[in-house]
Amino acid sequence: MNEINRSGWRPAMGSAGEAEAIETTTGNRGLQLEEALIFEIGNLDHCGVDFDGAIDERLLEGLPSRRSAPVDLPGLTEPEAVRHYTRLSRQNYAIDLGLFPLGSCTMKHNPRLDEKVARFPGFADVHPLQPQSTVQGALKVMDELAQWLITLTGMAGVAMTPKAGAHGELCGLLCIRAALEARGDAREVILVPESAHGTNPATAAFAGYRVENIPATADGRVDVDALTARLGLDVAGVMITNPNTCGLFERDLKTIADAVHAAGGFVYCDGANFNAIVGRVRPGDLGVDAMHINLHKTFSTPHGGGGPGSGPVVLSAALAPFAPLPFTTRGADGSVHLIEEENAAQEGHAQAFGRMCAFHGQMGMYSRALAYILSHGADGLRQVSGDAVLNANYVLRSLEGVLDAPFGAAGPCMHEALFSDDGFAEGFSTLDLAKGLIDEGYHPMTVYFPLVVHGAMLVEPTETESRGGLDQFIGAMRVLAERAKAGDPLLKSAPHLAPRRRLDETLAARKPKLVWKG
Amino acid sequence: MPRYFTKDHEWIEVEGDAATVGITDYAQSQLGDITFVELPQAGASVGKGDSCSVVDSVKAASDVYAPVSGSVTEGNAVLEDQPELVNTAAEAEGWLWRMTLADAGELADLMDEDAYKAYVAEL
Amino acid sequence: MRYLPLNDADRAAMLDVVGAGSIDDLFVDVPAEARLAGPVPGLPMHASEMAVERHMARLSAQSLTAGQAPFFLGAGAYRHHVPASVDHLIQRGEFLTAYTPYQPEIAQGTLQVLFEFQTQVARLFGTDVANASLYDGSTACWEAVTMAGRITKRKKAVFSGGVHPHYVETARTMAKFTGDTLVTRLPELLAASDDDAVIADIDGETSCVVVQYPDILGRIPDLAKIAGAAQAKGALLIAVVTEPVALGLLESPGTLGADIVVGEGQSLGVGLQFGGPYLGLFGCREKYLRQMPGRLCGETLDADGKRGFVLTLSTREQHIRREKATSNICTNSGLCALAFSIHLTLLGGKGLEEMAKHSRVRAAQTAQALSKVAGVSVVNASYFNEFAVVLPRDARDVVRELADKGVLGGVSLGRLYPGADGLANGLLVTATECTTTEDIEALVKALEEVLA
Repeated sequence: MNEINRSGWRPAMGSAGEAEAIETTTGNRGLQLEEALIFEIGNLDHCGVDFDGAIDERLLEGLPSRRSAPVDLPGLTEPEAVRHYTRLSRQNYAIDLGLFPLGSCTMKHNPRLDEKVARFPGFADVHPLQPQSTVQGALKVMDELAQWLITLTGMAGVAMTPKAGAHGELCGLLCIRAALEARGDAREVILVPESAHGTNPATAAFAGYRVENIPATADGRVDVDALTARLGLDVAGVMITNPNTCGLFERDLKTIADAVHAAGGFVYCDGANFNAIVGRVRPGDLGVDAMHINLHKTFSTPHGGGGPGSGPVVLSAALAPFAPLPFTTRGADGSVHLIEEENAAQEGHAQAFGRMCAFHGQMGMYSRALAYILSHGADGLRQVSGDAVLNANYVLRSLEGVLDAPFGAAGPCMHEALFSDDGFAEGFSTLDLAKGLIDEGYHPMTVYFPLVVHGAMLVEPTETESRGGLDQFIGAMRVLAERAKAGDPLLKSAPHLAPRRRLDETLAARKPKLVWKG
Repeated sequence: MPRYFTKDHEWIEVEGDAATVGITDYAQSQLGDITFVELPQAGASVGKGDSCSVVDSVKAASDVYAPVSGSVTEGNAVLEDQPELVNTAAEAEGWLWRMTLADAGELADLMDEDAYKAYVAEL
Repeated sequence: MRYLPLNDADRAAMLDVVGAGSIDDLFVDVPAEARLAGPVPGLPMHASEMAVERHMARLSAQSLTAGQAPFFLGAGAYRHHVPASVDHLIQRGEFLTAYTPYQPEIAQGTLQVLFEFQTQVARLFGTDVANASLYDGSTACWEAVTMAGRITKRKKAVFSGGVHPHYVETARTMAKFTGDTLVTRLPELLAASDDDAVIADIDGETSCVVVQYPDILGRIPDLAKIAGAAQAKGALLIAVVTEPVALGLLESPGTLGADIVVGEGQSLGVGLQFGGPYLGLFGCREKYLRQMPGRLCGETLDADGKRGFVLTLSTREQHIRREKATSNICTNSGLCALAFSIHLTLLGGKGLEEMAKHSRVRAAQTAQALSKVAGVSVVNASYFNEFAVVLPRDARDVVRELADKGVLGGVSLGRLYPGADGLANGLLVTATECTTTEDIEALVKALEEVLA
């Protein structure tokens, strides 16, 4: 028997509020640990890395622009570094900790098999400029993924290299511009619905186009009449998100696409929400000419605290010849060839519009996405989008009694449920409810987006949440909605239980401190 | 000195062919905490309605348009260190730039203070 | 399915709450003719974890990896030893599976890392400030060119012939659509970089001069001289660093007068990964801060007065400024920035210097050995860990023949500059602290056999 238990000691039961009164000397509170900056704990003489052999100083002679002292960077030994970053990591919320309902961002579980295979040396430890015969493993992953993306979307080709969704948008618009220029057709305008992601107009402007907004209808979809009325010889194309940012499927996309094509333009589809329809609908069947796919959203490569992303763009037969270099083709013997500047012309790809970046794109994301896709297969991907949409509708119907759902009556939502702050007490807003979720142990949902709904709250549970997990979240949301309606002042100052309280963003922006100066 | 207002919430105070321009107190209250003001260069010639300045708050960046045509004579350099003056004194020390007028006749298109007050009350 | 928590009983109960007969009924807004009745035709069905791992392992085995062969490639992607703790730490779920830190109360881990990263990059580059990273070096380079255009209100950029050709090609592609003018030239197989030719191209219309340091052939340009010449004409100097380890031994570009410094951070922490994801580094003078692209993390206080960090100055970005944004970028390379930052923290300033010395020494030993091979001559008067050699015949063929002998001998200039006959016999050779004496001997032996 255990000594401690034999002692008969039992913990004393404290009273409510006692814990808050305790001041600690370290600033830590139990497992909630504070951590200083590396510049405060490290120094030039600490190092966690060692090297083989001695340095022959004579071989350093003759180096121009040689620095006189080491860069002023603090070092840490391995145990110090492991502790520093582990302690910092614990101040983050993450999918691994709980439901992450950020609408339009698609925070779903990241399978660890994908992490494992991405580190296989045949993909991770090869140089992008090795002879092609020595990198067949990596090239075959690129090519297999490309074939999956083409088939799943019903398109003719794919540009793999864009490094993120916005980069993919740019790539798609540059394909459109190249195709128009190839037929001597200089058009100036891209039409963008007002509910679009902010990247859409930014990208169109960056590609040299003038942006014109198209209004939405009362049911949260693109105004087809307004859009078709604006078509003409100056319109290069439209950028439409489908499913859209209100979580609704754009029913009339095919009608819109036919009208745009008849007017000589192209249809760009923002594929940020492809995860809602993957395996069930092929955008190619709806007349889409170009669509980027955020591999981290639909195919679950990790978000990594803000990247890296990967944004391949699938292309229709009309745009595919203009895809940027490099890309893969497969030979009759099964080997994969990389088409780049060296061989594009003789391989019949002289129309490629250029290059989006150095090397061949985001290999580390391709191997993860391919492992995810192969795991699910065509049947599993269909279940993925089905469960994602079911979970979102379950949240929508479970909460529409306590929260205003602007398009709730318009029928089922897709992968995300949209609510507004209508009915909250005077002075209470979406932000307060969002910050209250933090105290309940959740990451907030997307707030104030889409702009077309006042005080928008966009909830995307994803398919990797269990029914029990959803029920607990719904319970928390119900209580928070009631508190916002009742004007609970403790909600106004939430969060109370996170590593930090609300931060002063005005101070940060007025007097920017972007580097540590001691 | 006469003061005029625009529907985009700029004010302009005129003295002879010189004028001072800022955003209204109503505008600053809508924008929230101002964090940065991008000022026009002295000597820049501007057309009526051109974007001359950008006022940043934490969550938004708003263009400020020239109420009338003319030439910028100076930007309010104090705002470089104290953008918060636009919050605390939008229609006084928080002015944005001074300019000379090209055509005083353009002032006729603007509102006087009473008309602006009525306009804001409708918003 | 192992990644889907709902079972059929859950689905049935939830459909009851939703008021739908089946999941398919939730897709009523999709036009019937576009709705597939079953799985997308022509694709395989689901596979077990074992089966997927087996398939991927088979593919992986079809590559000859850097760790398996004597390895001498560089040209913008470098093989350095990454400590095991780096890969362990970036796989902590709290980093790996976190979102962009828009909710700072529960993202202080990511935010503090970004603040430390920005400070590390600024010190490495000798710039006042740095951002929280961009996609990669090539896109960072183009962003710097457009930023210089916004600052100087000019649209002509002069590129040194020593800038990585993929970076130039990326910029050329973008410039076609933005209307910027790029003055570019090919590198020549000369001992020194093209500083004087670049200076001669600067005029009163020039927004910026783009110079790689060390350049694509490994030569080390005189940045201070070019900076002076650029500033005399009202142009900015953009320095491009594709091998940040070089700055362990070389003076920081910002200290030498560069106005904007961009780079590829892959060398530290990230690994080769067949070209991506990599990590764009971006630093500049404080006075240009508001024109800088990409995310920025700043220090502030919370409601209790505790130090904390937030993303700041976001009004420059696309989600607020829409078509007036400084850039359409809305992602950084967060996890790669974390890897870079951890590696640099493990090194510290002195460790970085030591790593740089080992790399340079290994390169010098390689250059000495190669210069003794008949028909091979070293081009460079100066280099850090990468240099060019001229071979007696087309280097593309030689590289393939070396690969057939199990040696990854370098990057042929013919692959980087197709059609440039004067460069066809050039080979870029790189060494790092990973290069062993046995590797150098193997390269020399194989090259002698191939050239015999």
